[in-house]
Amino acid sequence: MNNILSIHSIRFFILVFLQVIIFNHINFLGNINPYPYILFLALFPVKNNRTAIIGLSFVLGLCIDFFLDTGGTHAAACLFIAYIRPVILKFCFGTIYEHQTIKFETVEFGSKLTYFTLLTVIHHFVLFSLEIFNISKIILVLQKTLFSGIFTILMCLLITIIFTRKTK
Amino acid sequence: MQQIVNFIIRNKTFLLFLLLFSISIFFTVQSHSYHKSKFINSANFLTGGVYNSINNISEYFHLKSQNEILAKENNRLKAILYNSQTKRNTSYIDSVTFNALYKFRTAQVIKNSYNATNNVLLVNRGIKDHIKQDFGVITDKGILGIVDQTSKNYATVLSVLNSKSNISAQLKNSNHFGTLKWDGKSHVYTQLIDIAKNAILKKGDTIITSGRSSIFPKGVLVGTINDFKLDPSENSYIINIKLFNDMANIEHVYIIENVNLPEIKKLLNE
Repeated sequence: MNNILSIHSIRFFILVFLQVIIFNHINFLGNINPYPYILFLALFPVKNNRTAIIGLSFVLGLCIDFFLDTGGTHAAACLFIAYIRPVILKFCFGTIYEHQTIKFETVEFGSKLTYFTLLTVIHHFVLFSLEIFNISKIILVLQKTLFSGIFTILMCLLITIIFTRKTK
Repeated sequence: MQQIVNFIIRNKTFLLFLLLFSISIFFTVQSHSYHKSKFINSANFLTGGVYNSINNISEYFHLKSQNEILAKENNRLKAILYNSQTKRNTSYIDSVTFNALYKFRTAQVIKNSYNATNNVLLVNRGIKDHIKQDFGVITDKGILGIVDQTSKNYATVLSVLNSKSNISAQLKNSNHFGTLKWDGKSHVYTQLIDIAKNAILKKGDTIITSGRSSIFPKGVLVGTINDFKLDPSENSYIINIKLFNDMANIEHVYIIENVNLPEIKKLLNE
């Protein structure tokens, strides 16, 4: 239990700092940045109670907001995916999730991809619609969601592949 | 009573979500109104300190190009100084007349953003250096933004690439004026709206600040006209301006204080 706690708190700080220092200055093709800090919420243990993940998602989003001067947009987007995560988990992993034996290192690639894609698209859509805050610019919101989303999914997959322990 | 408590316990996840979500929506709405983002801004000591220490390292990579920019500016200012026909009176009778209307202070940008919808910069000057809200910020090439929130050592700057900022600007060769409003698309262009229909526009004309807002002096460069069209009501022009500043590469800036600003504000509010 203690081990899990330390791993996740270290992951929290590392992801926030990487987001602020590196990922926000990539500016691919002018204005596309990935937001892979949502990996913290994606890889949060399934067993833990939902109150904890909702509280932590708020803190995580607020940390990013402080650094990026974005008001409360990241906090709102993080809260939203933290709240609907069980639904997405059930949809992507089906019976493994029902039996509470899910381990993100061992699940097959396809379902992991669906899981990340759903989380990222929902997060980015909430984020950009709150950031732009203008219903007449919905095309811009969707465009940003698409481009940033692809980038984020790629980064998330790369990070999880690189930092997974080899299991024999 | 028992039932209310039971209801809260049963739905505690949803209620917690609802509470925190409304708090973050509140912060979001606050961040979309002018000068209201008091709590969530990067001017506090933690985020400011982190950005400052990152900038301490990364500024070395731009040292050469920034030196060239400063040398060019010095060159331009020297040319103006030595070529001016009338001999300027460089001796001041007392310190009251020196720096009479506008005071300039140098600052360094430690966090720059130009790809978000509401771009905010962070500079390493704060209340300690007498920086207050509504001071103008320019670079050697032209306009940059307006000071928003300040802390002891840092201040955030609403860049011209921010949907919240409304800066008064005008044509250089006539006095038709309008408001700078960014459409959130490209960091190279910004838009000037509400220019009267009878104004004569030409591609490449220079746009300067109008001095009406009393934040910037009249004549600070903004950019050149890239293209223009009538707005949907056909009463005024919307002009696409190419900014003189390269918003992606900004390091040394000047903060302008209008000494008479409190007096002007008081007069306008009466």
